[in-house]
Amino acid sequence: MNPENKIDRRKFLVRITLLAGAIPAAIVSVPIFGALLGPLLQRQRQVWRKVANVSEINIGETKLISYVNADPLPWAGVTAKSAAWLRRESEEKFIAFSANCSHLGCPVRWEDKAQLFMCPCHGGVYYKDGTVAAGPPPKPLTQIEVRINKNDIEIKTAPVPITTITE
Amino acid sequence: MNWLKKTGRWINDRSGFSEMFNPLMNHPVPPGSKWAYVFGSATLFCFILQVATGIGLALLYQPSSDKAFQSLQYITYKATLGSTLRGIHYYGASGMIIMAGVHMLRVYITAAYKYPREMSWISGVVLLILTISMGFTGQLLRWDDNGVWSAVVAAEQMGRIPLIGKPLARLLLGGDTLGGQSLSRFFAYHVFLIPSLIFLFVGFHLWLVMRNGISEPPKAGRLIDPATYRSWYRNMLRQSGIPFWPYAAWRDAIFSSLVIIAIVVAAVVFGPPVLRKLPDPSAIITSPRPDWYLLWIYALFALIPPQIESYVMFLGPLLILFLLFALPFASNAGERSPIKRPWSIVASSFLVIVVISLLAVGNSSNWSPHFKAKLTNNISAPSDDSLAVAGITLFEQKACLYCHKINGDGGNVGPDLTHVANRLNENEMILRIVNGARNMPAYGGSLSRDELTRLVAFLKTRN
Repeated sequence: MNPENKIDRRKFLVRITLLAGAIPAAIVSVPIFGALLGPLLQRQRQVWRKVANVSEINIGETKLISYVNADPLPWAGVTAKSAAWLRRESEEKFIAFSANCSHLGCPVRWEDKAQLFMCPCHGGVYYKDGTVAAGPPPKPLTQIEVRINKNDIEIKTAPVPITTITE
Repeated sequence: MNWLKKTGRWINDRSGFSEMFNPLMNHPVPPGSKWAYVFGSATLFCFILQVATGIGLALLYQPSSDKAFQSLQYITYKATLGSTLRGIHYYGASGMIIMAGVHMLRVYITAAYKYPREMSWISGVVLLILTISMGFTGQLLRWDDNGVWSAVVAAEQMGRIPLIGKPLARLLLGGDTLGGQSLSRFFAYHVFLIPSLIFLFVGFHLWLVMRNGISEPPKAGRLIDPATYRSWYRNMLRQSGIPFWPYAAWRDAIFSSLVIIAIVVAAVVFGPPVLRKLPDPSAIITSPRPDWYLLWIYALFALIPPQIESYVMFLGPLLILFLLFALPFASNAGERSPIKRPWSIVASSFLVIVVISLLAVGNSSNWSPHFKAKLTNNISAPSDDSLAVAGITLFEQKACLYCHKINGDGGNVGPDLTHVANRLNENEMILRIVNGARNMPAYGGSLSRDELTRLVAFLKTRN
C-alpha cells in the first residue's frame, strides 16, 4: 500500500464515521424540532364564542367579557381563557377590544366614570374608542370581531395581539 | 494500616481518582490572589444550590398549566419545609445573579479578560445570558397571575424583533394565546435546556481556568505582551505559585459558605415571593411586574421615548451583546491595572449607578396610575363654595387622582396639583383638562360642561 492510498483510506474512514453520526442525529432531530416548533406549524382555527346577551349590555356601556380560546388543550385549565372589553355603541353596533395593552401586552382596565382604559404597567391610557390617550402605546387597542347572532353577542377568538417594530 | 485506608487505596488504584483530581487540586495559583477571586466560585456554588433545591422543588411541582398554581400552594403551605425550599431557590437565584455580576465587574476592572483569557470572558458572557434566562423562566414557573402576564410581556418584547418577531412571540407562548403548551415549555427550558447549557459552559469556563491559569493580581506598569505572556506566567508560577488546595481554596470555601448561609437565612426570615392570584388571563385586575433582577428593564421601557422604544427593545440587547463580546478583542494586551485604566472604574461605577437607579425608579413605578388612590380627609374645599365641593368627588371619579397628587393623596404620573392655582389660571386649567397633554388624556370628550366647571372650581381652591 503506498502512502497516498493510506491517506485516502483515512479520509474515507473519517468521512464515513462523521456521516454515521450525522445521519441518525439529523433524523432524530426532526421530531424534536417538530415538538419545539409545533406552535408555528399548527395553525389554529379561530371560532365564534357567545359572550353575552344583547340585553345584558346597555348603549354606551363597556363590559369585561371572558371567553375560552379556540380549541384549548385539556390541561390548559384557567389559562384557556382570554378577556376582552365589549362596548355597545348603539342599538346595533358593538365593538370589542382585546384586553392587552398595545405597548407590552399588560391587561388594561376600564375606568367607567372617567371613560378611559388604563394600563397598570407603564401608564398607557386609551379613550373609549380604543385610541391612545396618553403614555407609551404605539397604536390603539386591538379590535376583536363581534357579531350578533339572534339575541347573542358572539366574538371571534383571536391570538394575543403582538405589536411589531413597524407599528 | 486500617481497613478504611486499605479500601481507599484499592478504590483509588482501580479508579484513578487521584490522577483525575490531583492536578485540579494542586495546580499552582499566582500569589496574592485573595478575596477578589472568590466571586466566580460563589456563583458556581449558587448554581449548585439552585440545582439541588430545583430538584427538591421538582419533586413537588406540577409542570402543567392547570395544576402548577395548586402545586405551588401545596409546596408553600403544606409540604414539609416547602416554603423554605422555595425561598432558598428564590434567594439563590438572586445570589447567583449578584455574584455573577460582581465577578464580571471584578474581571472587567482588573482586565482579566485580556490575553490569553479572551475565551473565559466570552464563555462568561454566555453564562450570564443563560443565568438571566434562568431567572426569567423561573419567575414564569411561579405560575400565578404575575407569571402568565410576564409571559405575555416577554412575548410582546420578542414581537419587536424585525421579520421573525411574531413567530418568536408565538413560539414563546406555545401558541396563539396562553394555554396548555405554555407552562410545559417554560418548564422544559428552565429545567432541561438552559441548565444543560449552563453545565456545558461552566465546564468549559473551568477548563479554561486550568488551561490558562487564573489571572495574576494586576500591577501598574506590568504590561501584557501576547508574545511573552505565557512563558512569563509559567515561570512566575514555578517560582512563586502556591497550590490551589488548600491555600487559595479556603477563601472560596469561606465566602461561598457565607453566601449560602445568607441565602438560607433570607429564605427563612423573608420567605418565598408570595403567590398571587390564579393564572387566569381573563382576570385582568392585576399589575404584573418582574422580579427585581429584571425590574430595571421594566423601568427602562417606561422611561424611553415611545418613538424609539421598538428600536431600543430590539437593538439595545444586540448592542450590549456586541459590546460584551467585542471587549476582549478591542483590547487584549497592555495595561491591566485599574489605576492605569481609570475609565474601567468610571464605566463600572456608571453601570452600577444606572442599574441601581433604574431598580429604584422601577420599584416606585411613578409612571403607573395609582389605582388604589382614594380621597381622604386631607382634601377639602371651602364649604360655601358648593361647586368646588362637588369638584372634589369628580376629581376622584374621573381618575384624576390616579395620576395627580393633592395633599399627599394620589399618583405620581402627572404634576402634583396641591398648589395648582398658583401656577395656572382658570383658562389654562380648562385648556389643559379639555385638550390633555403629551402624557395626559384629553377630557373634552368625556366631561360635561357642568362637570368641567365644578372640577375647575375645585382646582382653583388649590393654592
